[in-house]
Amino acid sequence: MSERAEITLTINGRTYVISVESRRTLVDAIRDDCGQTGTHIGCEHGVCGACTVLVEGEPVRSCLMFAVQADGKNIRTVEGLAKGDELNVLQRAFMENHGLQCGFCTPGFLMLITGVLERKPNISDEHLVEVLSSNLCRCTGYQNILKAARWAAAEMRRH
Amino acid sequence: MALSKQPIAFVGRSLPRLEDRPLLTGQGRFAADISFSGQLYMRVVRSNFAHGRLRAIDVSAALAKPGVHAVWTATDVADIPPIDFRQSRVEGLDHYRQRVFATDVVRYVGEPVAAVFASDPYLAEDAAELVVLDVDELPVILNAIDEPGEFEPGRRTEPAIVRKGYGDVDTVFSTAPIIVEAKFSIGRHSGVPLETRGAIARYDGERDVLELHGAAKVPHWNRDQIALMLGRPATSVHLYEGHVGGGFGIRGELYPEDVLVCAAALRMKRPVKWIEDRREHLIAANHSRQQDHHVRAAVDRDGLILGLEDKIFHDQGAYVRTHAATVPDLTAAMLPGPYRIPAYRAAVHIRLTNKTPCGTYRAPGRFESTFVRERLLDVIADRLHLDRVEIRRRNLISTQEMPYARPLDTLGTKIALDSGDYAALLDKALVATEWSRLQESLAERRAAGELVGAGVALFVEKSGLGPFDEVRISIDDDGIVEVISGSASVGQGMETVIAQICADALGVDYRNVRVIHGQTDRIEHGMGAFASRVTVMTGEATRVAASALKAKAIEAASGLLQTPVAVLDVVEGKVVRIDGAGPSIGLDAVARALSLAANVDEPGLSAEGSFRCNHMNYPYGVHIAVARVDRDTGAIAIERYLVAYDVGKAVNPMLIEGQIVGGCVQGIGGTLFEEFLYDERGEPLSVTLADYLMPTMLEVPSVEVIICEDAPSPLNPMGLKGAGEGGANAVGAAIAAAIDDALGVPSAVTELPIMPQRLRRLIGCSERSGLLDRSRTANSIS
Repeated sequence: MSERAEITLTINGRTYVISVESRRTLVDAIRDDCGQTGTHIGCEHGVCGACTVLVEGEPVRSCLMFAVQADGKNIRTVEGLAKGDELNVLQRAFMENHGLQCGFCTPGFLMLITGVLERKPNISDEHLVEVLSSNLCRCTGYQNILKAARWAAAEMRRH
Repeated sequence: MALSKQPIAFVGRSLPRLEDRPLLTGQGRFAADISFSGQLYMRVVRSNFAHGRLRAIDVSAALAKPGVHAVWTATDVADIPPIDFRQSRVEGLDHYRQRVFATDVVRYVGEPVAAVFASDPYLAEDAAELVVLDVDELPVILNAIDEPGEFEPGRRTEPAIVRKGYGDVDTVFSTAPIIVEAKFSIGRHSGVPLETRGAIARYDGERDVLELHGAAKVPHWNRDQIALMLGRPATSVHLYEGHVGGGFGIRGELYPEDVLVCAAALRMKRPVKWIEDRREHLIAANHSRQQDHHVRAAVDRDGLILGLEDKIFHDQGAYVRTHAATVPDLTAAMLPGPYRIPAYRAAVHIRLTNKTPCGTYRAPGRFESTFVRERLLDVIADRLHLDRVEIRRRNLISTQEMPYARPLDTLGTKIALDSGDYAALLDKALVATEWSRLQESLAERRAAGELVGAGVALFVEKSGLGPFDEVRISIDDDGIVEVISGSASVGQGMETVIAQICADALGVDYRNVRVIHGQTDRIEHGMGAFASRVTVMTGEATRVAASALKAKAIEAASGLLQTPVAVLDVVEGKVVRIDGAGPSIGLDAVARALSLAANVDEPGLSAEGSFRCNHMNYPYGVHIAVARVDRDTGAIAIERYLVAYDVGKAVNPMLIEGQIVGGCVQGIGGTLFEEFLYDERGEPLSVTLADYLMPTMLEVPSVEVIICEDAPSPLNPMGLKGAGEGGANAVGAAIAAAIDDALGVPSAVTELPIMPQRLRRLIGCSERSGLLDRSRTANSIS
């Protein structure tokens, strides 16, 4: 059993001081050590993107990162999107456009889209599709996810 | 009957889902999100041999690891019987059921042989790697079309043959002017939901109740089975369905791991949590689809099918699981599709192989049989130099013949196509794609050197499997309506659909309706969610219960308002006079009055309702695909995809469209990308999502969906049919037809998945032999 290190994860503005083995993945630390289970695990080998979170504003596959690598970094997950009970623009876009069915891939997509639209609010449609192809969905067939992303991008550009 | 001002009905509208909020805010409760204090983590040790005699298992090193509580093998669970069949039991299959652990023979890579229970999941996995198996390898059977071998002394690997048919097939074939024969095969693939399987069991010693969390699909049946297998009364086992990350037929069936966590929780007196990883899912959760068909048709010179015969080899994997003969049965039963087929015979050879056991996957038996049937029609059309659309028209059952009794049965029902206008839907689809113009433009593009073509496929689906469903609806003191059903949710949006139906029948806003499902301690019986049954069966039961509840509320309000029942109605949650005059009373107040009243026979405001139907109903559809093949690489691009689907009555069109598009993309996966491959020793090669490729946003076209309500079902008052599977059904057939057309090679596609390498070879051969005629015109290949 490897030695444990004490690290600090800042998730959605709140700090969690946890003790983890060096091999513990970031997603396991977020979910089990910090109790934020909104981020999901679909494959643990970096293909499906269900575990996507924002680390210093960049979309990251948290199953491919070790918790110790995120020590001291600013992490944002799906739990931080809404303001109290009020859904944000992107969440509303998903609801209005039926962009989710089982909801398992949804947090990953929400964080991916948030990350990309914050950095590139004027992203071309072609580029947006390319970025969104990073994540898998098995239920929706993607059509409505793209619709929701376009809708949100337009709304965000308007404001 | 109500003359008061009614709000617009909820049924028929594309309303936002009630399910969404927790899923959008990270508040979902999927299996992996559930934890109990003091829980042990289970990690399954799996065979890494496809077939062998299991001589010994050495667990000593695993047991010695700190944090490991126990390691179980077959001897620890010898008293647990094999997992039984839930559906389509057929004589001869019993001996091929799977036990929780392999005993002396392992039959597929991935088969559970032991389990480690530890205080931490990482530790459990470390320890599992230290378990040593002593296995003497045995020869493997990997192909269903090979001669059957030995399963065990006295038993072969062909447990049963499912036979269906009607009419005098032999005479028809001996007298028909034309016989067309072909072989088709469908590759092994499966639902692969994004959430892997998981189960958490907990024993509550105070109540003597065994709880299983992470249930899905058929919680009541699973509860009964678990109780039986572990020797407990069914009332002392409770199953809980939380959020479910997709089912598609695969998740929710009773698996060895579910039974193991339950037995462990009972014996260890600690909660036991099991969450599989993706590799485990790909080798241990149900596979599906793999079949070989040797089919022939007897045809007259006008292209009318006089008879159809199919010999099918169904690759069942290493054991027969809960579905027993369901997929073979449905394959044979649904093969005739929307066509008349006066004489028919099918024999489905269930063959065991040393691969992952198989079960149902979205449109089970139909994705396969539609591919075969529609491909065969294309072969017939090509042979007779007939247009591929025209040959379908000639063979379609007409709407005047409805209901059409097909002398076949399946899933305990007799097949009677209840309603449908197949020709009209075909026309709608062709018009929507501007078929003639499309053909012209494709011909022009081919003349310019592109390999591009279009394909059409028709199908009949089946839905609304009964025989029975019941719900209980109650209204609390705050006016919140609760519908308790024995159904299940796999993410399809059933809570919203049921709420819409309840809202209209009761007179409330759908947002005030909570739908409970998947909780076996809230309702005694339940059928669950599969076979596209929930909207039909639970929907109708809900309508009946809601109507009864409305009558009760009006009856009670009549006394409270001193107003005759005949002039009262329920609108927007209030009992009102239909002429709008006088006082009204909210349902919450009526509920409160009934709970406070001392002299009431039945306190509380609730009602039950049920719906019985011994026949399934039959929605139907048309798929049209336009595909382009790259001359150099053989790569396939789907330029356009259209689905026209008649659903009888659409409760929420947006959700139906979501089901169709989702199913379609899964169908594209199975047609072009997904396949479970094995090496010659039976070692699985598709063990990560980098091997087993599923479509991403880049691979899929925008799917156009036309939802029709031209043929409501006469079998239920609302006319409902199900929509869960029609999107997947005909994808293989439509894309294959489009590729034939693109290449100008008849029967270019006889196997799924369609591999670019194979198309490249075909293109190469065709170019050399001059078959690739660029001046070929509309949709006939000759």
